[in-house]
Amino acid sequence: MFTPNGKTELPFEIPLKPKGNKPLYETYHGVFVNIQYYLRSEMKRSILNKDLQSQAEFIVENKVTSKKGEVKSVEFSITPESLENVKERAKVPKFLVKGSLDSAQCCITKPFTGELEVVHSDKPIKSIELQLVRIETCGCAEGYSKDATEIQNIQIAEGDVCRGVRIPIYMIFPRLFTCPTLATANFKIEFEVNVVIVLQDDHLITENFPIKVIRC
Amino acid sequence: MAYEWVARARNYGKETSKLPCEAVHDHPLKMGSVINIDNTRKKSSTPSDSSSKDSSAVDPLRSHYKADCTCFYTSIKKERASSLSSMGESSKSESEDDFFEPWSSKRSGILAKYTTSEKLSITTSFLSSSDKDKIVIKQQTTVTDKVKHRLEQLDDFEEGSVKEMLNLSQQDYVKRIEELNQALITAWESDQRVKALKIAIQCAKLLADVSVIQFYPSKFVLVTDILDTFGKLVYERIFRKSSTFTPGSNIPIMLSETFTHDQVPDSAKETCRNWFYKIASVRELIPRFYVETAILRCYNFLTTGEFSQALVRLTKMIRGMGDPLVAVYSRTYICRVGILVAPDVRDHLIENLFSFIISYKQLQSDTVQNILAEQRLEMPQYLQLYPPGLDWILQCIAQKSPESTLTDILNRCKQECNSALLLNSIITAFKPEYIAERALQFTELIRNCEEAGFPKHHLYRSLGLNLSLCDPPEAQRLQILSEVWKVVMKMKDPTDYISCAEAWIEYVCKHFTKREVNTLISDVIKHMTPERVFEKYYPQLQSIMCKVLDHMHDFSILVSMDKFLPFLDMFQKETIKVDVCKLVMEAFVKYQQEPTNDPVVVNALLFVCKTMHDSVNALTVIDEKRVIGQLITGFLRKIDFGRDFERQLDSFVDARSSFSNLETVLVMLVQSVNLLAMRTRDVVKGSHTRKTASFIRACVAYCFITIPSIDDAFTRLKLYLLSGQVAIANQALSQADAFFKAAISLIAEVPRTIEIDHKVKPSEPYLLAYLNNFFATLLVVPDSPEQGALYLVRGLLNVVQEYTWELNGGAKMSVYLNAIGLLSAMSQEYFIYHVEKVDSNDRLYGCDKKFLTEINRIVSTLMESSV
Repeated sequence: MFTPNGKTELPFEIPLKPKGNKPLYETYHGVFVNIQYYLRSEMKRSILNKDLQSQAEFIVENKVTSKKGEVKSVEFSITPESLENVKERAKVPKFLVKGSLDSAQCCITKPFTGELEVVHSDKPIKSIELQLVRIETCGCAEGYSKDATEIQNIQIAEGDVCRGVRIPIYMIFPRLFTCPTLATANFKIEFEVNVVIVLQDDHLITENFPIKVIRC
Repeated sequence: MAYEWVARARNYGKETSKLPCEAVHDHPLKMGSVINIDNTRKKSSTPSDSSSKDSSAVDPLRSHYKADCTCFYTSIKKERASSLSSMGESSKSESEDDFFEPWSSKRSGILAKYTTSEKLSITTSFLSSSDKDKIVIKQQTTVTDKVKHRLEQLDDFEEGSVKEMLNLSQQDYVKRIEELNQALITAWESDQRVKALKIAIQCAKLLADVSVIQFYPSKFVLVTDILDTFGKLVYERIFRKSSTFTPGSNIPIMLSETFTHDQVPDSAKETCRNWFYKIASVRELIPRFYVETAILRCYNFLTTGEFSQALVRLTKMIRGMGDPLVAVYSRTYICRVGILVAPDVRDHLIENLFSFIISYKQLQSDTVQNILAEQRLEMPQYLQLYPPGLDWILQCIAQKSPESTLTDILNRCKQECNSALLLNSIITAFKPEYIAERALQFTELIRNCEEAGFPKHHLYRSLGLNLSLCDPPEAQRLQILSEVWKVVMKMKDPTDYISCAEAWIEYVCKHFTKREVNTLISDVIKHMTPERVFEKYYPQLQSIMCKVLDHMHDFSILVSMDKFLPFLDMFQKETIKVDVCKLVMEAFVKYQQEPTNDPVVVNALLFVCKTMHDSVNALTVIDEKRVIGQLITGFLRKIDFGRDFERQLDSFVDARSSFSNLETVLVMLVQSVNLLAMRTRDVVKGSHTRKTASFIRACVAYCFITIPSIDDAFTRLKLYLLSGQVAIANQALSQADAFFKAAISLIAEVPRTIEIDHKVKPSEPYLLAYLNNFFATLLVVPDSPEQGALYLVRGLLNVVQEYTWELNGGAKMSVYLNAIGLLSAMSQEYFIYHVEKVDSNDRLYGCDKKFLTEINRIVSTLMESSV
């Protein structure tokens, strides 16, 4: 069929179906793992002219899986004793930070929420932050490689906060850098949240929470 | 050559009866006043209408005056309304409540109060990089280009020297902030929205910095101004983006002002969401809070009812701010924005207060102590930084809230945070009615609360101010006063003491008798006298005096308080003293309706007036002189000894010796004495006894002596004529002659120009009018036996002839013509008018030939020189 001169629009529609039993993963742009989908079009032309090609990325996003697991809040309590990775435990000042995450299973479009309370702390606090970390794991013949990237850091407390006050934990997932948690045979994309307490003398206290990001 | 001249004989009686006349019902001028009023100002025209109805004999000038007043009043109101509406949507919520002090007025107060001489610093990457502002905006055709460009822009700022400017004086700082504001607007207008956002974030970051803490409230004001601008820009942009096109037309349709979110197109919603996403990813807490709050209004585009959630969420976010001052001002900002965007959402307001109460202990924390030690600040000074913010929060809560809110808050305070700081803001913020209702309870609360660096005299002062606005229950009044005064009396620091006394005096004046006021004043004197501290507190003392005068209108009571004059004596600095004397006299002139002769009042006020008078010297400005003159004359007019005319005259003699420097007073005295003479005449019904005749001589002598000491020639002229007329009316003929002679010899001195109401005008028209008046008087003045016929007329005409009139003006001519008129009237058999019990020339000469010849001679001379 020959197209006439001028602008011609050809509307089309393709049902997007995976081949065989391979799943269609959601589009994801990461550092070590990328999931991208392209649509390529080619215009065949007469012998004297080269054929024209064009390519465009399109974004795949799964439908909402209505299966929303039961919401279970995660209680936590951070003390010098709960810390790992401490060289001289005697030097650690006394403190108690209690709190809860509303759920470890988070909807990507909803904020990540919870509360946190500094019950007491010997050293004054400088800042409390939420660190969103993404872990990409790639499997290969020799084993697998695991890489963590900080994708967002949100400060929720500044200065030596009032003791005994429940400070809200609230973070919106950045749209470009997050996707639902994914685990396949060859690679994994997972997320963690670190609650980081920075003391006045710049010592860090970190508590790690793996979370599962879902689309719901 | 002589002109033949014969006066027409006239029968005055016949002529008057012929005049056509017509009875009128309405004053012709009154109509004008009503017609002049626009229909648009209906409000203002109604009062003048009603006033013209209920008083049958209306003074036309007065009705005008009334109409003017009301116009003025409504225009003020309108002005106020328009100034409110210029603040945008705020007017709607704020104008409803009279007690709600809008932020704009608070703003300037804060800027004026919280200043510093310390050096400040700004950390930013947007200032004084003039070359960088010239970023060329390329035509961005494709999406990728756009993204690339934005990223470049970002990099630019990232690398861009974020530098700290140190050692800025407060003025520099304010200037820099203004520059940032300009930079924000410029960036926005040149489509560099990322830059604009960055500026907003950096500005908000300044609020995390509490170095130079005494400047913090002002910094808050300046920075939130910028954030407001930013919020407005974002809102307007999305609003414009929300305009839709109807198919087949190129003209965008704007959303109506009261749109709902489902009218907003998806693209605009997406832009709006992007803004919120962008801000949600701001790392630092304080900028994130402030910038999101600044664009809070944009939730309008997304959903309805989001405000209450967002406001509560943001409010909770503030819990993460460790510094109590930063937190309080953040709360102030959210309350301020909340009131604007969602006036009906109130949950967050009380939440803010309770969070403050919970975290109150932070104020005493080590961190704060360290900051204070570092900046060498005392706790009381530090606590003074809180009231503006705290007042605002409480004011938002108090607005339109029922009394139970106050009860709740007070209970909560009692249990958890019985602090003077908070209590003070509560007293300031809530309606005076609510406060006055439980004033006694407040005195107890104040007594029991913890001072903790916030001195209690502030609280007593705030309570006093409230009670002067609204009355507490009658039964409690005395108890409240004694409770409060017990404490205030013992205050050591004169500053604290006087600030309380100033607030409470009004309450005392309103509800108690002179005894209590006297006691309070004597207490003030007692506190202010040691080491002459009163010299430092003249404004406060003056305000106390003002309030006393405002509420105690009866001067006989006022002056009978034995501490009133001693109190007056405390104002020892000359200028202040005069000001206070003026206040006293103003009050007297305003409130004293009845004339008085109470010797105590008169003596006391004479003393006051004398003080004012003695302050006048060669350097005093004219206005000042006029004001003082008016006050003194106002006072003298109020002195009345009734039928005891001699005492009255004595008082005028005293007044003359006391107030000889003020011309207005002298003029008024002459007028009053003349009036006194005329009143005497009325009492004796025209026939003086020996006693009254000699009294009249005394009055006349008084005038004759007083007039020469007045400077203004024209005033002297008028007074001579007037006094002469009075003398004639009282049959003091030789004295009258003396006045007229004096007047005649003075005419030559009349200057060419005179000053009337601060405008220099040629004197000729006034002189002309005066001469006509003079002629009219001369008709009835009988010739003195010692002098020849028409001695005065001839004398006057001689002066007129020699007077230097305007060239080419007709003034001289019209004087002559009027003189001919006078002479013509004089040649009649019976004069047109007479003065009772005085034989005028018609009786003296009875158409004597010689007299008529004399008249003829003068007239022909006049005609000769006229033609």
